[in-house]
Amino acid sequence: MERDAPVTTRMMELITAGVLMTIGAVVMIDSWRIGAQWGEFGPQSGYFPFYIGLLIFGSSLVVFVSALFTKATTPFVGWTGLGRVLQMLVPAVVFGFLVWLIGIYVASAVFIGYFMRRVGRYAWHLAAIVSVGVPVALFVLFEIWFLVPLPKGPLEDMLGY
Amino acid sequence: MEELGALLHGFAVVITPYNLLMMLIGITLGILIGVLPGLGGANGVAILLPLTFSMSPTSAIIMLSCIYWGALFGGAITSILFNIPGEPWSVATTFDGHPLSKQGRSGEALTAAFTSSFVGAFLAVILVTFLSPLIAKFALQFGPPEFFAIQLLTFCSFVGMGKESPFKTIAAMMLGFALAAVGIDTMTGQLRLIFGWHELLTGFHFLIAVIGLFGVGEILLTMEEGLAFKGASAGINTRVVLDTWKKLPKYWVTSLRSAAIGCWMGVTPGGATPASFMSYGLAKRFSPTPDKFGRGSVEGVVAPETAAHAAGTSALVPMLTLGIPGSPTAAVLLGGLLIWGLQPGPLLFVEQKDFVWGLIASMYLGNIAGLIVVLTTVPLFAAVLRVPFSIIAPIIIVICAVGAYTVKNAMIDVYMMLIFGIVGYVFKKLGYPLAPMVLALVLGDMAETAFRQSMLFSQGSVGVFWSNPLVGSISTLAVVTLFWPLLQRAVGFLRGKAG
Repeated sequence: MERDAPVTTRMMELITAGVLMTIGAVVMIDSWRIGAQWGEFGPQSGYFPFYIGLLIFGSSLVVFVSALFTKATTPFVGWTGLGRVLQMLVPAVVFGFLVWLIGIYVASAVFIGYFMRRVGRYAWHLAAIVSVGVPVALFVLFEIWFLVPLPKGPLEDMLGY
Repeated sequence: MEELGALLHGFAVVITPYNLLMMLIGITLGILIGVLPGLGGANGVAILLPLTFSMSPTSAIIMLSCIYWGALFGGAITSILFNIPGEPWSVATTFDGHPLSKQGRSGEALTAAFTSSFVGAFLAVILVTFLSPLIAKFALQFGPPEFFAIQLLTFCSFVGMGKESPFKTIAAMMLGFALAAVGIDTMTGQLRLIFGWHELLTGFHFLIAVIGLFGVGEILLTMEEGLAFKGASAGINTRVVLDTWKKLPKYWVTSLRSAAIGCWMGVTPGGATPASFMSYGLAKRFSPTPDKFGRGSVEGVVAPETAAHAAGTSALVPMLTLGIPGSPTAAVLLGGLLIWGLQPGPLLFVEQKDFVWGLIASMYLGNIAGLIVVLTTVPLFAAVLRVPFSIIAPIIIVICAVGAYTVKNAMIDVYMMLIFGIVGYVFKKLGYPLAPMVLALVLGDMAETAFRQSMLFSQGSVGVFWSNPLVGSISTLAVVTLFWPLLQRAVGFLRGKAG
């Protein structure tokens, strides 16, 4: 086990419970704003969500407090583990942005190709086959067979789709 | 026996070449989904759901429920050959399945697993056939208070019976309810919790949450562990299958017991995972040779597999009859029913006979087809598992993104999916349960409507949930379940004092 972890489980418990408490508070405030009481025609729109917010706040408060009083310093994730997670997460976020920019098919090709080269360290030709093959298969399946349109970009425009 | 007549009618609905083809496609996709990491039953069904919007509801549910059966079968393959449970309910299968496989008896273990899955599911389908119409008939007298009480019972049992911290369960569940409340309030037209952000007008779609939480979250977890597949070969052929079948009948007591546990845990929303552990534990306790368990006992594969499938199948009973799903996958199927314009609940049995009985008939056929497909294609799927994770992982992310986008053709859903993925990763590592959160997201609107209607009846008094013996006993049961761990501790304490 690595001694200096980027973040301990206790810290992560506190952060998560804190975020949940904030969400609970926001839900309560917004429900109160639109009316969380008994209106002319029965319960108002905020009636049910208000108590939901209260329960989120209350239960995560308990989690928060009990995390405060634990002394355990087990790591939430080690440096190697975090590195591997980011190896996936960062390209995935970039992929999400690329989908918007150049359409899902080209973005998928770039994403799969990058990942196979960088993480899997595959030869160029193998990465090329998979990263072109998957989007083509998706294209045939969705645009031609099921007639479900997916986000497209300049390349598809050029090809007349 | 009007059920038998209805069932025969169901078979007539199902047996068309198109539906049978959908069944085979569903089973194959399901096994694939069960085998691949990051694509579980709930997530797989969620991704494929948008593709079925244009199909007839009957064909769609046949295909989707077959994906579900396939995923249940597929989970066993990875547990036995690779010691990686593809699904939480196949964790117990690894205890004896993987040792068997290391002894070179993987064919035997796989055959035992598939056959007992089939037996468990088959017994549960019989239960579904005869019990569902009774429950539906009974539930026809339910009003909003009764429905809300049933939902309360479902959610309370997650808190009281779950392994996770009750406060984390409540927090995760209520987060699901809060997400369900975002958007237009269906009763008054009021906008809620959107903070001027008009993309949120239609609210959070549960499919996006399922794809993110279970799909992307799972991929991130697998990445962190740096998973390398090292598996035994399948080694399955006709002779092994027949030899194993000859041995299986002697475990009939274990099978029946496990099926009973599974059915009970599936109908009450305990779910397949605790059912598989419980029946493994009981099989060990009642076995004349308990020390063989954990070192490669066939009985140790039979027990959890039978129970998991029985639970997975009988989880559809409350979904069809009461509109309460017993598992995350059942919750996704329920969401599908709503999208196809069918209102789950007791009226389904009156108004949509073709659909209901077609589905039940397809469970019989789907499980037979599943057993045949899985026994003949195991080597193929085991080969899929040898494809390295660095090729599989980006492809699964792409498939998840496609699935998320097609739900509403909105780009924002792809980003939402990624956010839910991170949430899923963190929640899973901290022990916040995901199943109640998804269930709350699916059932949120229905629960709220039932609650508000009940409040209208009673002019704001919660006494309405104890206003007649039926609703009173359900509500009381819900409260007892909620405080079950505390009650148990109190009883233990008093006993300790008395002794």
